Amino acid sequence: MGVGIKTRSGSGRVATARLSAQPGGPRSQWAAAFLAALPIVPRGVAARWRRAAAAPGEGEGRSAGVRRRRRAGGAMLRTSLRQVSAALKDGRVTPTELCQRCLALIKTTKFLNAYITVAEETALKQAEESEKRYKRGQPLGILDGIPIAVKDNFNTAGIETTCASNMLKGYISPYNATVVQKLLDQGAVLLGKTNLDEFAMGSGSTDGVFGPVRNPWSYSKQYKDKSVPKSHSEDEESNWVITGGSSGGSAAAVSSFTCFAALGSDTGGSTRNPAAHCGVVGLKPTYGLISRHGLIPLVNSMDVPGILTRCVDDAAVLLGSLAGHDPKDSTTIQDDFKPFEIPNLTDFSKLSIGIPKEYHAPGLSSEILALWSKAADLFKNAGAKVVEVSLPHTRYSIVCYHVLCTAEVASNMARFDGLEYGHRSDMKDSTESMYAATRREGFNDVVRGRILSGNYFLLKQNYEKYFVKAQKVRRLIANDFVKVFRSGVDILLTPTTLSDAALYTEFIQEDNRTRSAQDDILTQAANMAGLPAINVPTALSERGLPVGLQFIGRSFQEKQLLTVAKWFEKQVQFPVIQLEEVKRHDSGVFQHKKSASFS
Amino acid sequence: MAAAVAMAARGCGGVWRRARQRGAGQPGPGPGPFPRGQRAVACNARGGAVPAGKSGLVPWVPVVGLEIHAQISSNSKLFSGSQVQFAAPPNSLVSFFDASLPGTLPVLNRRCVEAAVMTGLALNCSINKKSLFDRKHYFYADLPAGYQITQQRVPIAVNGSLSYSLCIDNKMSQMVTKTVRIKQIQLEQDSGKSLHDDTRSQTLVDLNRAGVGLMEVVMEPDMCCGEEAAAAVRELQLILQTLGSSQAVMAEGQLRVDANVSVHHPGEPYGVRTEVKNINSIRFLAKAIDYEIQRQIEELENGGTILNETRAFDSKLGCTVPMRDKEGKQDYRFMPEPNLPPLILYDAKSLPANMNHQQVINIDWIHERLPDLPSVKRKKLVEQYGILPEHSFTLLNEDGLAEFFESVVKQTQMKPKKVIGWILKDLLSYLKQHSLTVKESPVSSFLLADLLNLLEKKEISSPAAKQVMAIKAGNQKVLNKLIGLVQKKTEGRSNPVLVKQLLEKKLSE
Repeated sequence: MGVGIKTRSGSGRVATARLSAQPGGPRSQWAAAFLAALPIVPRGVAARWRRAAAAPGEGEGRSAGVRRRRRAGGAMLRTSLRQVSAALKDGRVTPTELCQRCLALIKTTKFLNAYITVAEETALKQAEESEKRYKRGQPLGILDGIPIAVKDNFNTAGIETTCASNMLKGYISPYNATVVQKLLDQGAVLLGKTNLDEFAMGSGSTDGVFGPVRNPWSYSKQYKDKSVPKSHSEDEESNWVITGGSSGGSAAAVSSFTCFAALGSDTGGSTRNPAAHCGVVGLKPTYGLISRHGLIPLVNSMDVPGILTRCVDDAAVLLGSLAGHDPKDSTTIQDDFKPFEIPNLTDFSKLSIGIPKEYHAPGLSSEILALWSKAADLFKNAGAKVVEVSLPHTRYSIVCYHVLCTAEVASNMARFDGLEYGHRSDMKDSTESMYAATRREGFNDVVRGRILSGNYFLLKQNYEKYFVKAQKVRRLIANDFVKVFRSGVDILLTPTTLSDAALYTEFIQEDNRTRSAQDDILTQAANMAGLPAINVPTALSERGLPVGLQFIGRSFQEKQLLTVAKWFEKQVQFPVIQLEEVKRHDSGVFQHKKSASFS
Repeated sequence: MAAAVAMAARGCGGVWRRARQRGAGQPGPGPGPFPRGQRAVACNARGGAVPAGKSGLVPWVPVVGLEIHAQISSNSKLFSGSQVQFAAPPNSLVSFFDASLPGTLPVLNRRCVEAAVMTGLALNCSINKKSLFDRKHYFYADLPAGYQITQQRVPIAVNGSLSYSLCIDNKMSQMVTKTVRIKQIQLEQDSGKSLHDDTRSQTLVDLNRAGVGLMEVVMEPDMCCGEEAAAAVRELQLILQTLGSSQAVMAEGQLRVDANVSVHHPGEPYGVRTEVKNINSIRFLAKAIDYEIQRQIEELENGGTILNETRAFDSKLGCTVPMRDKEGKQDYRFMPEPNLPPLILYDAKSLPANMNHQQVINIDWIHERLPDLPSVKRKKLVEQYGILPEHSFTLLNEDGLAEFFESVVKQTQMKPKKVIGWILKDLLSYLKQHSLTVKESPVSSFLLADLLNLLEKKEISSPAAKQVMAIKAGNQKVLNKLIGLVQKKTEGRSNPVLVKQLLEKKLSE
């Protein structure tokens, strides 16, 4: 059974019935019908949307008693990258001070488990260098002195790169990934490496060897106010929600203000999914726009370095500093990439927003459905054309992805044999038994399971039946997008996730494969087609948790995509996270302690 | 039965020597590809039917195909910037990619592609304007990534042919030209080297060779004995060396030949084949194949069966033995290499106008610049100098010999037909005695020309010229003979000591 609307069973939700009853209905009326069909618009959503969002630093109001300087520090950490860059330039804060504040906040939020390695020493050194440049009046650009974090599947010279796996625990790469090198070359300060699912295989950031990442929103005032604890002590421990994944550490790091931007990777939604759950912007650029050299691969033909930031403008800054041809990655495009500032969207008459009906998938929460249609209305009311479109092959995306992903995983993981690097078993009976033991000890069940399936699909007698067929389906999925864009649609608007973040205790009830299949459902097709897509935090759910919507653009049309996303971001005024926990631990902000790693 | 076996065994020298002319009814003179059904009916003696033997058994037809790996002569490896060099200190030429460090990606070396295109053109192949790379998976200590990048689905060149000549009954005067079809040429990575230390039961891995560019040349099973295979490989070797696409020195592993061998009765389907590996010289190639043919015939005649297996040639014992590893039976789980876009080549017609020339490879451009291939060079030598065809083969058999010959011819009045004798008969045998190559010859083309001029003018005799050459080539003992000649000429009136001094002075000039 596919993902199509008609196959949806169960609760008999009105919206479903109406939509499936008129798939070919007049497009212009679709959005209205969509919304009207909902019996109740969730109160929380509507109310929150109407209210203008708090300005950055609003949460400070509660900590009026806190010493002034500390408050300023908090406020500084909660600004956008562009704002803090301006502050660095004006001398309102120094790179070292900023770095120390971030490092202190990382310590006080250690319980989030967002970082695997904190590179305190090198970060402070980099900050010092940056400070010298600012003093000379020669900063390297907007990123100089900006604290950033990098997912632990990007190679970083001299800093451990683990992929959250026993296989690479203690592995120190001799080289920097191209994206890491570019950030460093532009003066960014690398705070550390963020947590993930082992080898990025997962959608919760719960399946890494260093334990699950906790969603900062679990500790927000917004969530606590909504979730009524049953009993005190028990609840504190079991009430936290997941970040989504696999770039959950990066999303949590940006969301909890420990860094201004973070790199993730996105193969089936691994950047956008946690971005949605953590209330941050998550950009998956077009395949081929950013170098993968140094990114430890999951699926080479779909992997893209992802960008996680607090706002769309910041994502554009990062994109501008990372994009472009890399001689070390033959799949990057040769054309020059021109960094851009996002213009304001004013002319809606030429804008056509497509609403793919297949994204009304089984399990989509009514809240998100309502938000989605509200968003469509926003564009319509602004004067844009909003049309229902169909991507008929998207329903096969999950199975197709399963075959292609596991096949590449089986191949990519073949290099981990314990000989050149990484874990090596003590088993010495024979080379073969050493291989087997090394891989059994080094990989978790999820990785081993995917290797096993992948090798099965690649067997000579199965290759045509599975792999070749999956490739053909992938082509069909990609062609769906081509057709839609050719029909005049500029941007597709869809939900990013089916629901808000799940409680960890609930999330782990299901196995990784089932979860990944469900959670990637709305994001994966963009990877199949190589298209750029972005999660924009949109509103809080009834539980007080972030919900995001996704925009999918044409290949290499990031500027158009981000322009639309920025306009939308401005309209929805997503609230700032109110982190009681961060404030409570804020006293540590200036207490710089030396330790290379917290993990 | 025993007689038949003995017969077959003896046949190694005679029975398989000459194939009946294949495709006799085929139109056109060209060495064009033979339709499958029409290939060698029987590999037999003297063009007649294979003698059935006294026991009246049906004759055996051996079928030989070759897979040849030629290391590409290039400064850097196929997908990385590491240097390519023979016998460098272990693991001194290893990039992050060669060691398969996680996150590294392949970047195709333009020079390797050009070498493959040149080779493909020289072997009359069609060059695929779009070829693809695949991953071939197997676990082995000297294959760090767990897969080899190769061209399994669409190789860079297909459907070619190679003409080669061999002489009959070791008589240079009886040469036949044959053609073997080239199925394909594919680009692929070389593996590293494993060194097994049995006493300490450990394996040491050297990755210097890992990732070096290889051209795998696949020859169709159009040959029927070791000698044919050896002649074909020798010709290929000369072509590669002429092109400079590979140094093709077998002893250094730059040319590795695996032979697929089977036998069957005429009119019946091919027999089960074995793959013979570990052959490190052309001489051993012929030996290994002939041994394997004989072994298979004996096995079958004794009621046994042939296993589809990989066998290694033991050069000391002169036989093939089963290899322990079951590599041949593995499922390689081929998969497209996702990190390399399709390899696109252009010709003059398809070349995009606005394309950076550094970015594209133009097949026509390479074609126009191909050097004269050995067959053309031989033809030119025969036509230009009136020498015998078999002499042209010998001239090309050693690097620099033809040039040496031409240089001598230019500087002497002696007829080329006579010059060739002096070079092939006298000079070469002297050089051989002292294990020297033509390029190392103490007798320069100038000196030889001078000597031959003296001979032409009858100023010296032929024996005297031979003595001079012998001394020059390193044989000091011959000096006495020369002194004797002077004594004879001067009727004993010269001072032997002075003659010796003068001769030594002259010869060292």
